Amino acid sequence: MSIFINKDTKIITQGITGKTGQFHTEKCQEYANGKNCFVAGVNPKKAGESIFNIPIFGSVKEAAAQTGATVSVIYVPPPGAAAAIWEAVEADLDLVVCITEGIPVRDMLMVRNKMKEKEARGGKKTLLLGPNCPGLITPDEVKIGIMPGHIHRKGRIGVVSRSGTLTYEAVGQLTEIGLGQSSAVGIGGDPINGLKHIDVMKAFNDDPDTDAVIMIGEIGGPDEAEAAMWCKANMKKPIVGFIAGVTAPAGKRMGHAGALISGGADTADAKLAIMEECGFTVTRNPSEMARLLKALL
Amino acid sequence: MKIHEYQGKQILKKFGVTVPRGIHCTTVDDAVKAAETLGGSVWVVKAQIHAGGRGKGGGVKVAKSLEQVREYAGQILGMQLVTHQTGSAGQKVRNLLVEEGADIRHEYYVAALTDRATQSVAMMASSEGGMDIEEVAHKTPEKIIKVFINPLVGMTDEQARTLVDGIGIPEASKAQAIDTLKKLYTCYMETDASLAEINPLILEGNGGIKALDAKFNFDSNALYRQEEIVAMRDLDEEDADEIEASKFDLAYISLDGNIGCLVNGAGLAMATMDTIKLFGAEPANFLDVGGGATTEKVTEAFKIMLKNPKVKGILVNIFGGIMKCDTIATGVVAAARETHLSVPLVVRMKGTNEDLGKQILKDSGLPIISADSMAEAATRIVAAVK
Repeated sequence: MSIFINKDTKIITQGITGKTGQFHTEKCQEYANGKNCFVAGVNPKKAGESIFNIPIFGSVKEAAAQTGATVSVIYVPPPGAAAAIWEAVEADLDLVVCITEGIPVRDMLMVRNKMKEKEARGGKKTLLLGPNCPGLITPDEVKIGIMPGHIHRKGRIGVVSRSGTLTYEAVGQLTEIGLGQSSAVGIGGDPINGLKHIDVMKAFNDDPDTDAVIMIGEIGGPDEAEAAMWCKANMKKPIVGFIAGVTAPAGKRMGHAGALISGGADTADAKLAIMEECGFTVTRNPSEMARLLKALL
Repeated sequence: MKIHEYQGKQILKKFGVTVPRGIHCTTVDDAVKAAETLGGSVWVVKAQIHAGGRGKGGGVKVAKSLEQVREYAGQILGMQLVTHQTGSAGQKVRNLLVEEGADIRHEYYVAALTDRATQSVAMMASSEGGMDIEEVAHKTPEKIIKVFINPLVGMTDEQARTLVDGIGIPEASKAQAIDTLKKLYTCYMETDASLAEINPLILEGNGGIKALDAKFNFDSNALYRQEEIVAMRDLDEEDADEIEASKFDLAYISLDGNIGCLVNGAGLAMATMDTIKLFGAEPANFLDVGGGATTEKVTEAFKIMLKNPKVKGILVNIFGGIMKCDTIATGVVAAARETHLSVPLVVRMKGTNEDLGKQILKDSGLPIISADSMAEAATRIVAAVK
């Protein structure tokens, strides 16, 4: 089993005809059951055509209706990316994965509030992963996003992180010491996003095939602390935690728009302290994440 | 992206917020002329740099004669202004704002910023203006009033009133204060700001509400649609190496240590810096080469790191995904040759084509130290520079 996606998931690719969309769609198709999972593309100007044997539709709604897809992945460039998210939400999909990096914060504020308003008036709730994220993978079943598939092994450990390469680092360590992954989820480095650490931790807690989790965070924002508090009261599985940015200076944006120390509660030290207090096995040495986790099993 | 106070006031004025009359100058003579043009008998001469705390550092002076304007402008222009935000080297003052004096009855604080937790715009106000707001937040948090604005609705009169009542603006001035707050919100949204702060917002002797300072930060992701804001960018105020790096799509920030590091991905880059510290040294920089590193990009990254005279060794940490380890290895070898690298170099590569990459490093004949884990790489570079 897994969280959010599995080998039977049917996926629409928004921005499939762009350079990035094409490159990654091919890689995702090649991975595990990808050929059967990626069933539709969207481009209003190329409706009726196909690419890599994937039919292209004029809209997400039409693509979903014709193929039964319930998930979409977005590679649309920043100026149109928030509108692409909203189109997928309006089509009542279950999950939207937005890979696009560089979306204006105001656009994300608007679309996130539109999503909440839709839910508040009883509309279907669509989950959003990202933006500015690597995506998610259920090893040996399906990968949605830009992570290298070959470093993963099927197994029972969950991984959640904001950062792409730091997720790969954790996965690589796990695979190297013989621990496979149930799912690995990159929630992205933007300040206004969809699924947060807490949402992914809840999903891992409910997943009967996840035994333990590596949760990785960064400086900036309240999300890791919020997740830690929830875990303290509810999580039934052991967690190894790491926060990147002990050496990051305040007031400087460290690559990710969201990785910026603004108050005092969002430093790496403060977050590590809260996680430890909440029962996580925390480390300041990111090279030993997997080794520590193995010791907890 | 940041801008100067005088530019921030131009923006506020455009959105209908009352600001003092003022003139931007770059020479002492112009400062005196500006004071003459403004008229009156009291002027404020203000250093324009992209950092707060200018008053305490001696960058803001009140002049009561044209001679004093000349004297203060002469003192401030060209000075290395040191504030708590500039670091010990300070920032050279190249721009001045000469303003008419203000009749201050009370100083307030107002600011708008994006709140991650509620995914809304937080508007904050305090009766304790003119002070360091972080100190107010720490000592008397009850004196900071906040409302959270749903961007789909905008700022309501009720929300503006909550703030205005909360900070005790007198009845006669409330209407203008409410109007000012709503205009600040509109300005924040329409300019794609990530921070808009007025400290102080003043109540004048005659009951008027006026913005005596203006501090803005803008969302760099939105600059493509904010031409007017981009035109306000002052490269003199930014770190030259960071600008150079951004030309090659590299995210670079210089730090105080002596180990240069080159990593792909922001999170892994921070983790690498942390590991260097954990093993006894300090990182000299943050450098994310991003997802599509080419030989040219890696070479530029090396050049930028090596410009820093403090760098005594370099650690390269790459997790190959889309970016293949052999591509990076080729880039590292070329960069080491082109820069005639004379400091120790440790390379740790994982992921796609890892073995191929390691072989390229080995075959290069260069004294490159290889490592399997981040911890091992840090241990080796720390040992090599000692």
